[in-house]
Amino acid sequence: MLNKYPWLLFLSLLLIWVLLYSNLSVFAGFIVSELPIDPGSHLGEALTFFVYDAPKVLLLLSAVVFFMGIINTWFTPERTRALLAGRSLGITNILAASLGVVTPFCSCSAVPLFIGFVQAGVPLGVTFSFLIAAPMVNEIALTLLFGLFGWKIALLYLILGLLVAILGGVVLGRLKLEKYLEQWVQDIPKKQHSFESEKISISQRLEAGSLAVKDVVGKVWIYILIGIGVGAFIHGYVPENFMASFMGKDAWWSVPLAVIIGIPMYSSAAGIIPVVQALLAKGAALGTALSFMMSVVALSLPEMIILRKVLTIRLISIFIGVVASGILLVGLTFNLVL
Amino acid sequence: MLNVKVLGGGCTNCKATYKLIEDVAREKGTDIDLEKVEDIQNIISYDIMSTPGVVIDETVVHRGGVPSRKQVEDWFSN
Repeated sequence: MLNKYPWLLFLSLLLIWVLLYSNLSVFAGFIVSELPIDPGSHLGEALTFFVYDAPKVLLLLSAVVFFMGIINTWFTPERTRALLAGRSLGITNILAASLGVVTPFCSCSAVPLFIGFVQAGVPLGVTFSFLIAAPMVNEIALTLLFGLFGWKIALLYLILGLLVAILGGVVLGRLKLEKYLEQWVQDIPKKQHSFESEKISISQRLEAGSLAVKDVVGKVWIYILIGIGVGAFIHGYVPENFMASFMGKDAWWSVPLAVIIGIPMYSSAAGIIPVVQALLAKGAALGTALSFMMSVVALSLPEMIILRKVLTIRLISIFIGVVASGILLVGLTFNLVL
Repeated sequence: MLNVKVLGGGCTNCKATYKLIEDVAREKGTDIDLEKVEDIQNIISYDIMSTPGVVIDETVVHRGGVPSRKQVEDWFSN
């Protein structure tokens, strides 16, 4: 019956979700009080953090991924390409970075996507704006930031992430790097693509949403639990202000260091954000923490190895250099202003 | 006999798609010739921008993400 009435299923799930979400602190408080542990102790503090935040973040993520799964059905890579093809640098970079947020993207598809863009005549700088924004500014990162830091930091991350992607793409576009693409990529003949949007019914869109939940939440839940677990440990056991001396505002060198350490590191936003939240609580500066987070999520060794198929080492190095400088600037500005 | 190609460079979703198609075909008793296409130039010749892609008798039927079991069953239903 529920297959026939997708809305019914949807509404009942929504009701369960709201009930669970609004009773989280009751539930967490109950669990902690039932355990034979002093709530004020290190272990008690760590546990409270874990028991409250883990279900909260997972619930939030399921809801957001569900809606993004539905939104994604309107923004296929093919449509995004059609929107970006044949335009010039500048305003298009803003469009490309924004589309990077809502177009479904997996770094394993980075190469066919890249080729698809090049073939259709999307300028290189515009393609890069998309490729910087897509992994960095995504619903997982934004949900975790919202759940653990609040909406202000989430919004800030969204705006700054888009800014790095837009400006990074414009700079990379100005540098005229087409000659550093692999030769076979340069030789691909340009072609026009016709784009027709497929007719998708509402129940198919809802199904895409639930598939996304199964797929994404099914994959990242373990990283979230590990991340929140590490975060919980830091909360409970690391002394207050411990991080201030080497990740604090006065340690200006910590920003470039955070960016450099973050480049080869590979973690989904799901694993790194709970850890960063805990570091922040122990005195790390926001700019340094944000830089670290962006660098881990936006630049990763596996993605660079994948992109090596289409980009020469030289172009990859320039790409990393430009994106890292953008992130560095964000971190330094933050620490200076706040 | 249907010629089925799974396009994608060895990502987890591609492997899952390959296995799903194998399973469904066996269950339904459909005779298929299943191929993995991992060569990038070959993949892009089908104008696929997100992997895994699925091609049946040279027609692209699916792009990006693991298809649902129902979808795969529909491909093999006639």
